[in-house]
Amino acid sequence: MSFSLTTIPLTLAGPGHSHNHAPTSLTDTTDTWPTWSETLNVLTLQAGYNTTTVLISTTLLGVAAGIIGVFTLLRKRALMSDALAHATLPGIALAFLAATLLDFNGRSLPVLLAGATVTGVLGVLAVQWLLRHTRLREDAAIGLVLSVFFGAGAVLLSLIQTMQTGNAAGLSSFIYGKTATLSADDARLMAGIAVAAVIAAALLLKEFSLVCFNDAFAKVDGWPVSVIDLLMMSLVVFVTVAGLQAVGLILVIAMLIIPAVSARFWTQRVVLLVVLAAAIGGLCGYLGSAISALLPRQPAGAVIVLTSGVIFLFSMLVAPSRGILAASLRRLRLNLGIAADHLLELAYLTYRDRPGGPVHADAIDQLKRKRGWGPLVSLLVNLHIKQRGLGRSSDGYFVPTAAGLERGRQVCRNHRLWEQYLVSYADIAPSHLDWTVDQVEHVLSGEIVLELEAALETNGIDPHKPKAAGVSA
Amino acid sequence: MTPLNTLALIEFAPGPDLFPLLAALLATATCGLLGNFLVLRQQSLMGDAISHAVLPGLVIAFIITSSRNPLLMFGGAAIAGLVTVVLIEAVKKLGRVEPGAAMGVVFSIMFALGVLLIEQAAARSVELHADCVLYGQLETLAWFTAPPTLLGVFQLTPAEFFAAVPRQVWTLAVMAALALGFVLFFFKELRIAAFDPGLATAQGISAGLMHYLLMAFVAAATVAAFEAVGSILVIAMLIAPAATARLLTDRLAPQITVSLLAAAVAATLGYLAATTIPLQLHALGVLPSVINGNSVNAAGSITVVAGLLVAAAALLSPSHGLIARSLRRKHLGRTAAVDDLLTTLYRFHELNQPNPPATDLPTPALKTATRNNWIEPTPNSVTLTDAGLVRAAALLRKHRLWEDYLVTDAGLLPDHVHDAAEQFEHLRLEPTSSATTDPHGKPIPQRPN
Repeated sequence: MSFSLTTIPLTLAGPGHSHNHAPTSLTDTTDTWPTWSETLNVLTLQAGYNTTTVLISTTLLGVAAGIIGVFTLLRKRALMSDALAHATLPGIALAFLAATLLDFNGRSLPVLLAGATVTGVLGVLAVQWLLRHTRLREDAAIGLVLSVFFGAGAVLLSLIQTMQTGNAAGLSSFIYGKTATLSADDARLMAGIAVAAVIAAALLLKEFSLVCFNDAFAKVDGWPVSVIDLLMMSLVVFVTVAGLQAVGLILVIAMLIIPAVSARFWTQRVVLLVVLAAAIGGLCGYLGSAISALLPRQPAGAVIVLTSGVIFLFSMLVAPSRGILAASLRRLRLNLGIAADHLLELAYLTYRDRPGGPVHADAIDQLKRKRGWGPLVSLLVNLHIKQRGLGRSSDGYFVPTAAGLERGRQVCRNHRLWEQYLVSYADIAPSHLDWTVDQVEHVLSGEIVLELEAALETNGIDPHKPKAAGVSA
Repeated sequence: MTPLNTLALIEFAPGPDLFPLLAALLATATCGLLGNFLVLRQQSLMGDAISHAVLPGLVIAFIITSSRNPLLMFGGAAIAGLVTVVLIEAVKKLGRVEPGAAMGVVFSIMFALGVLLIEQAAARSVELHADCVLYGQLETLAWFTAPPTLLGVFQLTPAEFFAAVPRQVWTLAVMAALALGFVLFFFKELRIAAFDPGLATAQGISAGLMHYLLMAFVAAATVAAFEAVGSILVIAMLIAPAATARLLTDRLAPQITVSLLAAAVAATLGYLAATTIPLQLHALGVLPSVINGNSVNAAGSITVVAGLLVAAAALLSPSHGLIARSLRRKHLGRTAAVDDLLTTLYRFHELNQPNPPATDLPTPALKTATRNNWIEPTPNSVTLTDAGLVRAAALLRKHRLWEDYLVTDAGLLPDHVHDAAEQFEHLRLEPTSSATTDPHGKPIPQRPN
């Protein structure tokens, strides 16, 4: 953002931070690592009142953001928090202006957060108005609101910067936390908001899940869907506003999105998803502010987000069912199985014509060329077959076991059955069959085979002695 | 007072403001042009994502080279922008994550990385004056040695003039020319990929390649515009002008034209507002005295004007505007009321019953029908004129044909069809049927000759 360099979220520096050696000169780049006892003190919440309060409240904020994030993710409104967070800026500026002009303390946190809430809600309403009354799509509506509101905020801030009384730099750094510190009072306010959001989400779990999964059904069933939606969005507002101070306006979006997306890789059940996202969010909040308190120049917001980034990457890679590794393994296994089927089918046909005789090397080479297997694939296929006790290759020959021959027979039979079916029912010319048949013969389940047999039988075709239709394998 | 504000813009002597205004115009035009395709492809937020995510690219380029060479910074940011695009696609496809969430995950992590790197760089005494790069201070482009009048500008030799043009303006001009060339050259491909990626692929135009090309241009434009106008303005201009045009037009070429116009209007009005309004307010004594400034952030003000243009289009557009649509709805409602009045009178006429007293009939509909000479007011009631009879018969024919259709073709029960037919009779559509009576046995009036 245009304010990027002033939006650096505040390092959670407090009295508990004083043991750090700030660089004494511009050329001092030595990083002093914290001792074990310091680390332990921070992690076990014994590093002074302020540090502890901050640590607890960012953890609570992470938990709250994780929970609310699940619902915005499931409702496909992840970027609504983006619009909302940006829309808080003019509110903060206006609250400061109003309070200062009325001779209040313009930097009182509750006043600023109240202003942020008002324009944040206005931003959400503006997005909904645009969606309901114009032909603009959600992405354009969100982008419009976030940039226009933020632009208005920039205008107001530039006005404030010229004020005699209001220390303008103070304000922008206060909002973005460049130099200001999170006092225990502020942290308690943040923690209070977070706890309230968690309790509300727990109470409304059923309603939120219902609206997320099937809002049309919820409406027909008599639930006040728009009220539930409004409640959900107000929880997002509260969490965003609470997070503004700790992590900054842009990074609070990450706290709402990343834990939920990461948790989504691990489970399909909503309760588990909520618990997992809460745990991930809490862990990130805890670790982020702990690291920030222990090491110099580690802004808490960025560290929290990067921690959750690591968890996200880990989840995306290794989650058992939706992870990339698991999916690639599944695909590899399927492809190897199909390749093995081709070899076994060849073996079956060879043994049928010439009982007992092994499959010769030139026949295997022909298959390899036809299927385009390289040496690696051939090796893996042989391994696959050997592991499952379906056969073994030696000196270029391939010798199937009885089970291997049976599998080859099944594949061959499925192939022919499917061919017959396509010719009899799907009106496919026999000369066009082989390509499609090849794809499907490996994945026909037992049930489908039975159905095919029944279908062909009723039509007077004997599926148990299928004729090769057209080109055969 | 800075020279920026002492200048009386009303006298049309742009002077110092010439270059900031030019930069704003070029940046808004470039972004507005590219934004048309983003809005159509529902990828408006890519600008948002890219402009957040280029931060680490800028910082890394800066740390590695320890210089503020704009070309290197541009390169670093552009690479980061493209990496963002690729990462978002990867998270979307490989992780099967919903597009919005994928975008949020990638850009916020990249941004966090940038924030952390800045802190590290600051500690290594590498002073990062990226403030002006990211903040986008149009005001710093002011041409302080400008001739006092526009005439003076024209009297400069080309060499003198070009020497005065700031680098940022050159960058933006090149970027604008590249973007224009890109859109003109690939217009057909961009159009088909925007409206129907499937058809594009079937016709041998790779929708994926067009996506990446477009994204490369968005990333380059974002980075080129940063320095001069800042990223809020970039994000806003990638969406707002195109959205304004989308609410006013239905075809791509007019949409692009209107979006460029909207971008130019927003840039000019926004810049003028930022530099003059606070001054005027001070003169009027409206602003509290604690506020000293005579100008506000111009990029922000342009954004606000662009937003106001969208709001105006949403309300006032003749085709898609809220007001026009509500008027059309009202008109339809009135027509329906008159239609209902005429068919009611016709039913009395059909049964040879006396018409109901006028007091039982809706007044606005009575007035409209009288004005059109469809009914004639009599002392205590109203009667249909000949023209009114013809119109009412046509309406009732439509009503009963629809009832017939709903029973014979749609399989509804005869006592379930009246309400639906009551709605359908106001449509222009009329079912074709040779039936002479409706499901309730009433005659279907013949089509008037």
